[in-house]
Amino acid sequence: MTTQEHDASVYEEVQRSSEFQDLKRRFRRWTFPMTAAFLVWYLLYVVMSGWARDFMAIKLLGEINVGLIFGLLQFVTTFGIAWAYSRHMEKVLDPISDKLRHEVEEKAK
Amino acid sequence: MSSTVLATILFLSFVAATLGITVWASRQTKTAADYYAGGRSFTGVQNGLAIGGDYMSAASFLGIAGIIALYGYDGFLYSIGFLVAWLVALLLVAELMRNSGKFTMADVLAFRMSPRPVRTAAGVSTIVVSIFYLLAQMVGAGALVGLLLGITSDAGKMWTIVAVGALMIIYVVFGGMKGTTWVQIVKAVLLMSGAALVTILVLGKFGFNLSALLSQAATTSGPSANSGSFLSPGLRYGTEAQGLAGKIDLISLGLALVLGTAGLPHILIRFYTVPTAKAARKSVMWGIGLIGTFYLLTLVLGFGAAAVVGADAIRAEDPAGNTAAPLLAQRIGEEIFGSVGGTILLALIGAVAFATILAVVAGLTLASSSSFAHDLYAHVFKRGQVSERQEVVVARLSALVIGAAAIGLGILAQGQNVAFLVALAFAVAASGNLPAILYSLFWKRFNTAGAVSAIYGGLVSALLLVIFSPVVSGSKTALFKDADFAWFPLSNPGIISIPLGFFCGWLGTVLSKEYNAAKYAEIEVRSLTGVGAEQATKH
Repeated sequence: MTTQEHDASVYEEVQRSSEFQDLKRRFRRWTFPMTAAFLVWYLLYVVMSGWARDFMAIKLLGEINVGLIFGLLQFVTTFGIAWAYSRHMEKVLDPISDKLRHEVEEKAK
Repeated sequence: MSSTVLATILFLSFVAATLGITVWASRQTKTAADYYAGGRSFTGVQNGLAIGGDYMSAASFLGIAGIIALYGYDGFLYSIGFLVAWLVALLLVAELMRNSGKFTMADVLAFRMSPRPVRTAAGVSTIVVSIFYLLAQMVGAGALVGLLLGITSDAGKMWTIVAVGALMIIYVVFGGMKGTTWVQIVKAVLLMSGAALVTILVLGKFGFNLSALLSQAATTSGPSANSGSFLSPGLRYGTEAQGLAGKIDLISLGLALVLGTAGLPHILIRFYTVPTAKAARKSVMWGIGLIGTFYLLTLVLGFGAAAVVGADAIRAEDPAGNTAAPLLAQRIGEEIFGSVGGTILLALIGAVAFATILAVVAGLTLASSSSFAHDLYAHVFKRGQVSERQEVVVARLSALVIGAAAIGLGILAQGQNVAFLVALAFAVAASGNLPAILYSLFWKRFNTAGAVSAIYGGLVSALLLVIFSPVVSGSKTALFKDADFAWFPLSNPGIISIPLGFFCGWLGTVLSKEYNAAKYAEIEVRSLTGVGAEQATKH
């Protein structure tokens, strides 16, 4: 095992630091509302599949109807959110978390 | 040469190749981290393929294509839930879990809690979820081989289950996570290629005009009174005839699908096979791309089977529609390349379907035996006083025992309608495991009583509701057709059991005074920064 054990006080110190609080806030401020958004968007789709069938059956392009487009949009938003999350992490969060990790690992040496 | 002979040859080559991988992997497997987590040395792309391999079960390949072929649009509802679910895993679970856990789901849950009760609960839940899922796959394997290889005798089906079970045990016992992951990767590549090939042939037949394909599907397979309804929701789930309960059942199913994935133990342990949280993120990104593409392919395969083969011909082979994709492959091959082409394509898709079942059952056996050895044996029974070597020996033995039990149960349940077990596994994962995981990672106040209450509350409520639902008794398609003790009107418990699991977790927490500030600081800092995360082993 190569896991490093750190003194517990190190973690509480890091947790209190403004940099960590900033990291945590930025992580939660992005992922929590986004999770709520895609869950609502998905449930809207399921609810409409149950209660708005006439609307879902409206043809838009040949045989391709609203229901099919709505379903395909769920694919598009899933791919899009995954991509946006990855960008957000790389641009905003990874630099902060890498810096914090190096600091803690330096202290432990 | 008939397609059964060819399918057998193709399948045997898959078996030979994967057994070769297993022998190689067993030589590479020395430590516990090797056995449980493949040495954490897979790349993001490799693990992404393996995620796809673990997730795209025969139920989603043959099952969803079959539902679309028979009932049109509604099969699509299933695949969308399965896909969107991955966002929960990506945004909230994968990286944080990689940073704070070691081998099993319980590692994260027990982090700042009293370990024994939490590991017991998490171990029980892991084993229950995995066994349900496993059993559904084993019974499916028996039925499938009957249809694809023309083995119709009960003895033939029994031997198929034994053979599938024996292979799965070999992969897991000898190959561990390393061998199992490579089996998933090979299977994912085969499945994607097979599905893509048939999809392109089908689209080509309709001049790459989706509208023309849909139109043909609706006229060939839609209800004669209103063929247009085939292309919109309502023929399978929450039909107008079922009234309000049917529609609420649809929501309940949707909730379990979208929230269950991030609580499935065999999916969660995949995040430990990569060296860093960034690699875990990358692997889920690849997984999402792969799984999403695959479900788009099954959409074409399902409607393609409805258009080219026709619902009546599919029902005649299998009332559940599981042979829609293989029949489509055969028909489209015949039309384009003549009878030899049909034989080859049928054999190809049949062999891919077997590979799919085999890879998924291996992943499930690994997850449940790992949890038994690491959580229950090493930490609960032996209170952590056990060497790494002993623990891995126990893990291998329990894979053997769980595999044998799955074979036995699979034979006993042969011919029973156990398809509901997959939805039930998702419901239990969403109701018990997910609340415990999310609270552990994000809720400061969460404690032992809360974790135990969430897991047992979600697990027990989901199980009880299903026992008293129409899938177990009191309906024509029930497990026990002749009995009637059903009082819960829905087939899917999620709409009640998921909120209940979250509620139990909250209630248990506030009723207990226990709280470990230092350990919360540790899991919070570790999960977000990767400090002290388990490293990849170097050979």
